[in-house]
Amino acid sequence: MSKARVLVGTRKGAFILTSDGKRQNWDVSGPHFAGWEIYHLKGSPADPNRLYASQTSGWFGQVLQRSSDGGKTWETPGGGVSTAPDGMPTGESNKFVYDTSAETGKPLTTHQWYDGTQHPWEFKRVWHLEPSLTDPDTAYAGVEDAAIFRTTDGGHSWHELSGLRGHASGPLWQPGAGGMCLHTILLDPKHPGRMFIAISAAGAFRTDDGGKTWKPINRGLKSNMIPDGTAEVGHCVHRIAMHRSRPDVLFMQKHWDVMRSDDGGESWHEVSGNLPSDFGFPIDVHAHEPETIYVVPIKSDSEHYPPDGKLRVYRSKTGGNEWEALTNGLPQKNCYVNVLRDAMAVDSLDSCGVYFGTTGGQVYASPDGGDNWAPIVRDLPAVLSVEVQTLS
Amino acid sequence: MIRVILPAHLRTLAHVEDELKLDLQCPVTTCSILDAIEERYPMLRGTIRDHVTKQRRPFLRFFACEEDLSLESPDTPLPEAIASGKEPFFIIGAIAGG
Repeated sequence: MSKARVLVGTRKGAFILTSDGKRQNWDVSGPHFAGWEIYHLKGSPADPNRLYASQTSGWFGQVLQRSSDGGKTWETPGGGVSTAPDGMPTGESNKFVYDTSAETGKPLTTHQWYDGTQHPWEFKRVWHLEPSLTDPDTAYAGVEDAAIFRTTDGGHSWHELSGLRGHASGPLWQPGAGGMCLHTILLDPKHPGRMFIAISAAGAFRTDDGGKTWKPINRGLKSNMIPDGTAEVGHCVHRIAMHRSRPDVLFMQKHWDVMRSDDGGESWHEVSGNLPSDFGFPIDVHAHEPETIYVVPIKSDSEHYPPDGKLRVYRSKTGGNEWEALTNGLPQKNCYVNVLRDAMAVDSLDSCGVYFGTTGGQVYASPDGGDNWAPIVRDLPAVLSVEVQTLS
Repeated sequence: MIRVILPAHLRTLAHVEDELKLDLQCPVTTCSILDAIEERYPMLRGTIRDHVTKQRRPFLRFFACEEDLSLESPDTPLPEAIASGKEPFFIIGAIAGG
């Protein structure tokens, strides 16, 4: 019988929830890495027992954790206890060093700072981990300050795909309120070598050659808070989502506006429609219905909570524009939590499950595509990320 | 034998429950202690000082014999009490965060 495993990253550790296909009763394990910020953890599509986790701390920096048994045990790749000087592991699984080699042609060392001056790139943390669709030892890491790294040895070492940061627009990128983070990585299952990424606040980019070269894909975005609202870069993209069967169709939750592209990001048009607010963070797509999408409207960028104190997921079955509020089982008064960009996911069981976590420490699940919700765990630390694995 | 006391989170990361004991040649310095820690516990690389620049992470401090040595040169010999193991070398996380 199929099972679901939910991977939850929080401000103070990771939690792993498991249930059978009914998704009514959940076992909770954790906190793993207690006291550390777990920005993201995600399983490999090629080997569900292989998990990667980003463990960070303002005191101790970045640690990269890996599990080979579905989260029962963890290791820092190459970082095991060594007592012999010979054959010592490299211990570089947390070494994210920007590529400044001559081979990249023009090492780029600055981006735009909040005050408009140029500022050096400084690694702070890994926001998002995206394992390869085919190889458990290959994964991508989106980091702050914005760059993308890749490992091909199971996380022992990471190397920057510097063509992104070296794009001519790099000096114009600037941090959003949460920092200049590369938070979204989408791997195209139909076109090997094609990836989409998003950066706050630079925008969305696409590579068609495995990360050597990148192009901004922000045509159609309009952002009133920047000097040129239709500029090539500078947009605060919060999240992008796609359905595996249709990777040319992308959905975006921008700072303000919900957007859609039908041509692999070449152009975008707004599909906010009748949403009560088109500000928000996550966006996701139903596992079996490529035109069914989900967002969580948030009142505004200065009030990071739901409109009217009602926690509502909005679902569109028409790929946008026409939205319905999903409220069954969600608090409809005095609710002032936020749902962060990486904190929504879907499973691929026959009846698609939808999950999201809140800054109030609840993880809600709907086993029926959003019609009915229930908290599957509550009173955790603030939830930073939610991922789901569908296990056979 | 040099004695080193790590912050709790780094003890967890290194799978040690108590203070570290390191056998070092004289002169014992902050740099030689950190080199030995990172050699024996590779998972701690980058968590106390930067991988490349070797700069101390800003929210960590080094103390020995009730002295804050954080701003001293990492190559300055440490007091004899540290080298002999009479006093431990402390790596301390800043009390911050409200």
